[in-house]
Amino acid sequence: MQCDVCKQNKATVFLTQIEKGKMQKVNLCEACAHAKGVADPKGFALVEMLHGFGHGEKVATQPQERTCPNCGMTQTTFRKTGRLGCGACYQTFGEGMDQLLKAMHKGVRHTGRVPAWAKVVGRDNDRVEDLRVRLEEAVAAERYEEAGRLRDEIRQLTPPETAV
Amino acid sequence: MMKFATLLRKPPEWMLLDGPHRDIVITSRVRLARNLDGPAFPGFAKKEDRTTVMQELQPVVEGLPEMKDGFSEDLGGLDAIRKQVLVEKHLISREQAAKSGGSAAVINRDQSLSIMINEEDHLRMQSIRSGLDLRVAYAALDRVDEELDGLVKFAFHPRFGYLTACPTNLGTGMRASAMLHLPGLVLSEQVNQVIAAVNKIGLAVRGLYGEGTEALANLFQISNQHTLGEREPEIIARLERVIEQIINHERNARRKLVEDQPHKVLDHVGRAYAALRYAHILESKEALTQLSMLRLGSDLGILPSDLGRTIDTLLVEIQPAHLQINSQRKLGPEERDVLRAETLRQRLAGVPEPRPESLQPPVDPEPPVI
Repeated sequence: MQCDVCKQNKATVFLTQIEKGKMQKVNLCEACAHAKGVADPKGFALVEMLHGFGHGEKVATQPQERTCPNCGMTQTTFRKTGRLGCGACYQTFGEGMDQLLKAMHKGVRHTGRVPAWAKVVGRDNDRVEDLRVRLEEAVAAERYEEAGRLRDEIRQLTPPETAV
Repeated sequence: MMKFATLLRKPPEWMLLDGPHRDIVITSRVRLARNLDGPAFPGFAKKEDRTTVMQELQPVVEGLPEMKDGFSEDLGGLDAIRKQVLVEKHLISREQAAKSGGSAAVINRDQSLSIMINEEDHLRMQSIRSGLDLRVAYAALDRVDEELDGLVKFAFHPRFGYLTACPTNLGTGMRASAMLHLPGLVLSEQVNQVIAAVNKIGLAVRGLYGEGTEALANLFQISNQHTLGEREPEIIARLERVIEQIINHERNARRKLVEDQPHKVLDHVGRAYAALRYAHILESKEALTQLSMLRLGSDLGILPSDLGRTIDTLLVEIQPAHLQINSQRKLGPEERDVLRAETLRQRLAGVPEPRPESLQPPVDPEPPVI
């Protein structure tokens, strides 16, 4: 089998990559595989490499990095500095932070003071909703002490007329 | 607004009051980290965005009723020595002192409340009280937080709580700490055990000027590490319980020293008295160590009981920036050591000689009447 890149040497490296549900195959000779960084385990994107072929462009091997849409903070910078760029960063990078937070803190869930604007009425409030789920669980498991505490917390967050 | 000169001259309120356990706990401090919803945090924001945030926040903070006739200054308007004076007074952080424009400090008249704008977070607010009084310190700060909450929109997430630049401050954004004077535990070589035990239960022990600083003058800051997953009153109650235990350990250590090694105690206090009254060159570290021993002498009855307050004032006054600003010029280290000794000789001139016969073990204070 011939190398897909140089179309001269015998292909010895066979790659299969699935991206966005589409399977891509490419066959490379030793030299081209090396030149394209295929041997580099830090990763390269097959699709981008293939896209690059016809145009003779420089092949970008870095996949698109997760970046905060509000402030432009990147995952790499966050990892390096340990600091986030803005409040919205917690939406962008928050998902993978549980492990980190577990190591740093007593828990991974805020139970303290809440600013006025976040004490939104009723159902659309994530926090109250979340507390309600936990309350149901606690009642079901007959953990009444915890249930009482959760009920008090919900009361604190909801105006009297809508309190459970 | 208050001038810098007034701020420098006026002793802070905590120094004039005797809070609970004042013989061992010098101050209690609580700080809250808050950010505005939207703009990038100070460390990552572009200069113009940082300036915009400051221009929005500074008038709001200055307008708080607590800040009436207070001090407010752009860090760019303060020279290095003035900034360092604020650090030595524990009113701003070393990190903020390293900043220039685009960052501001607002301090209330009695210096019990200071608010840093654009330090690591948009707002770092601190409340300071005499003795072990964390609840009162927190209550004062909570009021300010509540007032600001009505004026600006804070960055908050239902699960993560108050959002901060560093995830270590996430949740409550609260760091509560007490400054403890522990010469008894140091002299009896028990302090490392206590520090290890405190670390094990999720509390931090630091030196006189915070993270990465030495425990000079036998002063140790104990604070909560965790800010997420516990409510503010719970954090404070837990910290307070631990501090009360450390206070007991310190009292026991002092009692044992007085009973088993009275000569060692008298020797330390006597040498400290001699050095501070008669030395002409005193390096900062030695001066702080000797002041610590003098304070112990006062606590144990060998020296006048009201000396403690003077010593607490001196702990700040003999710091490099205070010496320089009081002499109104920049001084080299050798000149500072001379001036430090001179200041101490003058301020302690009237103190009578130690009275070994008055040495008495510490008494546990009466339990509070409820």
